[in-house]
Amino acid sequence: MDWFPLWNSLRVAAISTVIIFFAGVFAAYYIARLPRLVKGVLDVVLTLPLVLPPTVIGYLLLRLLGPKRVVGAWVLETFGIKLVMTWWSAIFSTTVVIFPLMYRTVRGAFEAFDETLAYSGQTLGLSNTYIFWRIRMPCCRQGVLAGMVLSFARALGEYGATSMIAGYTPGRTATISTTVYQLWQTNNDALAMKWVLVNLAISAVVLLTVNMLERRDFLVEGGRRRRRA
Amino acid sequence: MSLSVDIEKRLGSFHLQVQLEAGDEVTALLGASGCGKSMTLKCIAGIVRPDRGRIVLNDRVLFDSEQGVDLPPQKRRMGYLFQQYALFPNMTVEKNILCAIREGTAAEKRRTLAEALERFRLEGLERQYPRQLSGGQQQRVALARILCSRPEIILLDEPFSALDSYLKYQLELELSDQLSAFQGPILWVSHDRGEVFRNCRRVCVLDRGASQGTVTLEELFHRPATEAAAQLSGCKNYADAVPQGDAVLLPQWGLTLSCGRAVPADTRRVGIRAHHVRPAEGGENAFPVRVLRVVEDVFSTIVLLRPEGAAEGVPPLRMELDKETWQAISGREKLTVSVQAEDILLLRPSGERPKEDV
Repeated sequence: MDWFPLWNSLRVAAISTVIIFFAGVFAAYYIARLPRLVKGVLDVVLTLPLVLPPTVIGYLLLRLLGPKRVVGAWVLETFGIKLVMTWWSAIFSTTVVIFPLMYRTVRGAFEAFDETLAYSGQTLGLSNTYIFWRIRMPCCRQGVLAGMVLSFARALGEYGATSMIAGYTPGRTATISTTVYQLWQTNNDALAMKWVLVNLAISAVVLLTVNMLERRDFLVEGGRRRRRA
Repeated sequence: MSLSVDIEKRLGSFHLQVQLEAGDEVTALLGASGCGKSMTLKCIAGIVRPDRGRIVLNDRVLFDSEQGVDLPPQKRRMGYLFQQYALFPNMTVEKNILCAIREGTAAEKRRTLAEALERFRLEGLERQYPRQLSGGQQQRVALARILCSRPEIILLDEPFSALDSYLKYQLELELSDQLSAFQGPILWVSHDRGEVFRNCRRVCVLDRGASQGTVTLEELFHRPATEAAAQLSGCKNYADAVPQGDAVLLPQWGLTLSCGRAVPADTRRVGIRAHHVRPAEGGENAFPVRVLRVVEDVFSTIVLLRPEGAAEGVPPLRMELDKETWQAISGREKLTVSVQAEDILLLRPSGERPKEDV
């Protein structure tokens, strides 16, 4: 069995999760501070990929990144890099698809964060960067981690947009999901089943991790403070 | 050292307008809940930006809308004790305090920490997380943390709102001990007149967002200037008043009471404390009343009265007596009561300041 699809899926999912960690956290942090109207509009735009069919996202990405399209042509000309039909093309599709998951989860966590902790840090002379990374993020760790695990899982399973933008080239752009489809298409049931089992195993581990994060009070404290007299 | 505040802020229909001066003593910011006390503290600390005005601490301009000065909270050097203490839940007691120590090498910081732990009786709790501490311990950590950041002023936002009254009293004694070593102004936000009376020297009354000037405790409790101030000082009875030389005419009660002093022309209301209404046989300021209702309180008896000449719909006059005094006269439906001339509080409308203060 050629393990390339597993390795490829894992690296694509890992890279997009790292990208989404920063993008989601900063979007959640700054958008929460915007005026209500702007916030509402941005919320809709940023959550759109969650409800759009992945094929629509794939289509839009092709319109944008294809070698003859605005961005794709420019990057090809300037850096000599092709943006579609390569293994890293899948990063674009998974990143767009999982962004809303991360953004929503982190925003929920940030909204539960007690702002007086940040004010208190400011009056004590702590820098805003310190407050963000050493107080806000640790307090919201549970939500942020849950968002990352969910995003990673979703990225691993992304099929529609990925197959459109990265295609299926064995040993180059194949991921677990595109491989399963390809194997089924070519009547290779036995191998397809193996990949299905691999996928099931990964999904089970992910869900267990999410449950553990949600249930266990494994971090010091959630965002909300407990009141004690 | 001193703090001088003159700020204005509009928030929807709420208009905050505060002027206050605080010296090296404990100054109370007293007001009913929702009157803008916490908002005032936040403006002073730099968490909320006022629309206009000026805040000066020890000759340092912290905020000036005209000069475009607006120092961030980090540079204002204010120790802010939040209602729920705002300890960082992800840090131990030790780290909570350490992160606030701004100056010195690691070794010096450790020494400052050790001193603070000893002074605030927190030894042994260094590795505990805030949620593992009692309310009193949390307050001590918060205070230690604030003092370690070397503030020039301390702001206390309802320091005991999270505690029950038994615990509160002990902590109040403790807090006032710990604060006594602090050199600099202390601003104490409260809605509790007892707390203010026990701990503060001067009082700034805030009524629906507007400050009513800073007065001494003595002035607030013996000569409150407005109805809002009188209410906060615990006065229960009010009536509309018309000045008449040394007396006031109270149309709602159908009475004229002598005040023993010239009544200022801007007097619109009078206030009479429930315990200043006494049963009498006659004499100055005596008037007949009807007993409406008797309420037994914990240590006293409250009697609701209706002056014989009172108009319809006027709230009853409240008299508060010790239980023995009431025992001696109870059972009667009609009484004569009196109010000493000097006990009548002459009040001008809230929000209007007398000319000499402006």
